[in-house]
Amino acid sequence: MPSATLLGQSLLSGVLVGGLYALLGVGLSLSWRFLRTINLAHFAFIFLGAYLTYELVGVDKLSAPIALLVVVPGLFVLGVLLQLIFVRFALDEFASVLVTFGIMVIVESFIQWIWTADFRKLESSFGTSSWSVGPIFVPVVESVMFVAAIAVAIAIWAWLRFTYVGKALRAAAEAPDIAAAFGVHDRRLALLLAGVSAATAGLAGTFVAFISPLTPSQIYAWIGVVFAAVIMGGLGNPIGILAASLLIGVSEAITMALTAPSWAPLVSFTMLILILVLRPDRV
Amino acid sequence: MTLVASFASSALFGTRRQVLGALAAGAVALALGGPALAEAGKPIRIGSTLALTGPLAATAIVHKIVGEMYVEDLNKRGGLLGRKVEWVLLDDQSKPDLTRTLYEKLITDDKVDLILGPYATGGILSAMAVAERHGKMLIHHTFGIPSLAKYDMQFGTWALGPVPEQTVPAALLDSMAAAGKTPKTIAVVTSKFPSVHFLALGMRDVAKKRGIQEVLYLEYEFGSRDFGPVAARIKDANPDLLWVGAVGLEGNQLLDALKKIDYTPKNHFYTYPAPGPLALSPEGKNAISTTMFEAQPPMTDNPVAGKFAKEFEARAKAAGLPYTQADVQAAVSFTAWQVLEAAVTNTKSLDDKTLAQWLKGHSVDSIVGKLRFNGPHNYGDDLTKVKQVQDGKWVVVWPKQYAAPGAKLIVQ
Repeated sequence: MPSATLLGQSLLSGVLVGGLYALLGVGLSLSWRFLRTINLAHFAFIFLGAYLTYELVGVDKLSAPIALLVVVPGLFVLGVLLQLIFVRFALDEFASVLVTFGIMVIVESFIQWIWTADFRKLESSFGTSSWSVGPIFVPVVESVMFVAAIAVAIAIWAWLRFTYVGKALRAAAEAPDIAAAFGVHDRRLALLLAGVSAATAGLAGTFVAFISPLTPSQIYAWIGVVFAAVIMGGLGNPIGILAASLLIGVSEAITMALTAPSWAPLVSFTMLILILVLRPDRV
Repeated sequence: MTLVASFASSALFGTRRQVLGALAAGAVALALGGPALAEAGKPIRIGSTLALTGPLAATAIVHKIVGEMYVEDLNKRGGLLGRKVEWVLLDDQSKPDLTRTLYEKLITDDKVDLILGPYATGGILSAMAVAERHGKMLIHHTFGIPSLAKYDMQFGTWALGPVPEQTVPAALLDSMAAAGKTPKTIAVVTSKFPSVHFLALGMRDVAKKRGIQEVLYLEYEFGSRDFGPVAARIKDANPDLLWVGAVGLEGNQLLDALKKIDYTPKNHFYTYPAPGPLALSPEGKNAISTTMFEAQPPMTDNPVAGKFAKEFEARAKAAGLPYTQADVQAAVSFTAWQVLEAAVTNTKSLDDKTLAQWLKGHSVDSIVGKLRFNGPHNYGDDLTKVKQVQDGKWVVVWPKQYAAPGAKLIVQ
């Protein structure tokens, strides 16, 4: 029988990993719902952000907040530029998968060209530090990341729900012609949303740099589980993605604590299949 | 006198019969010896693939550097059989299926003279099947499961011996015993990646035979990212020895996760770690692994090994690798080229069967030690040595005759 400490520690680990999944998936979900772009390049942008953070913090010895000030706006601009290309070539949803896959491979090659294929690891004094709460240890960076994930999810939810831009975005996604008749400029909104989506990739990448070693090929590591979280959470629904991510993270962690860790991926994908079977309207 | 000169002198100065005779002789000579003469001027082409991109690229780049270094040096020394050597290197993208296609291309389309293996077990198995189909000898450097090497003309330089699942765990426990610590409990945590998984299973068997209690056995998927719960279970089990069937950075990821829950393993072993990151990480202190070569005395006392270690370090720095010391990966790669050179030089042949036959009957002195290929699956002795991270560097600690000066295994 596993000890209470083991279960508590595993549960916490699952919650914090859920935060990471949410942060990785929220931008993907937004572009899928509102731009009808299944943007695989989002994962490449996350790692581009991670490598830039590694360079700024690990090599140039800048502080993490300054790295964020460079990486997040930088990725925003990149997202806008990519959206301009998508608009220029009028990509549909299916074509977007193929094109963004190609972009992902190109970005991977670019990263490998700049930073080589070898492992890079951002060593920091707080990267592996933890707070102790009784017998449970709470990792510092993952906790900050978790708070950031909640903040981003709530901020985007509020933005979509309460602001004019958010309402316009939702209207343009639901009925573009009617929205246009009411003066909604969907092209500009699309550029803004693509930028925000890429900026979340930059934010996620900054945390990835602190919690994980980097190699270019690891761009592909989280694709499956993040897609599962996005689909389970509902497209364009940041709170839903946060909830789904936490559910996946906790289920995986408890599975790892109680059975063989190799069973963990089965849990998330079984849940995904069940959702798709029972609620096919979510995609 | 060359053929052309002979013909010219006869034509200019001989009788009509002599001229006709010279023409006929020239025609026969061209028909019989023409190809050989033409070949003599051409470089010997050696075909390989490496995982220049994809998940294995981080390590495969070491093999690229070594290959380029060796061929350059070989050509400076006059090449092979008086001919220059050209290395035809293709990118298999870390995909065994693509590796198979590319070896077909190397043999049938590029018509290389000899082939050398790709990086890692999966790719080598693919290349081996192609080599067998075409009757080509295959020398390879990083094959981890000797029992799967069924092809008669394959020769590996990752000198694990024929039954590493017994000898490698035994080497670890022997080294600990020699340092005065036989663990009472063990936790075996392993990736399901084949070439580390079978060693982990071997460790379980060897531990059982030696009366060591297994307090935890866990398997995780290759490529796992979340080691938090695994770390919690290790802490809960608190073994005397932690065996981690790790590939690449998995060891670092697990150690980071352990650090976050304030647990330091007493004695910890990693099958195939990323050498640089583990040595440089503070959590990697006293981590144990195996090797066949490290760039330190007494191994670098061999002048060839010493030169190799220096040259590799310079090239690795130039290539921007974070860990520039020559280690087992670089050394077995170099050794593969040494084996190929020894076979060709001693047989004066490029015929695959002749080369394979020679290798089976002879041993080769290499920088990792004396290699022989006359055991099961063409494997010889297990040349495994035990190394440990001490003061941020890997040092060989066992067997004693290979240990770095003053180095001893640190156990708790």
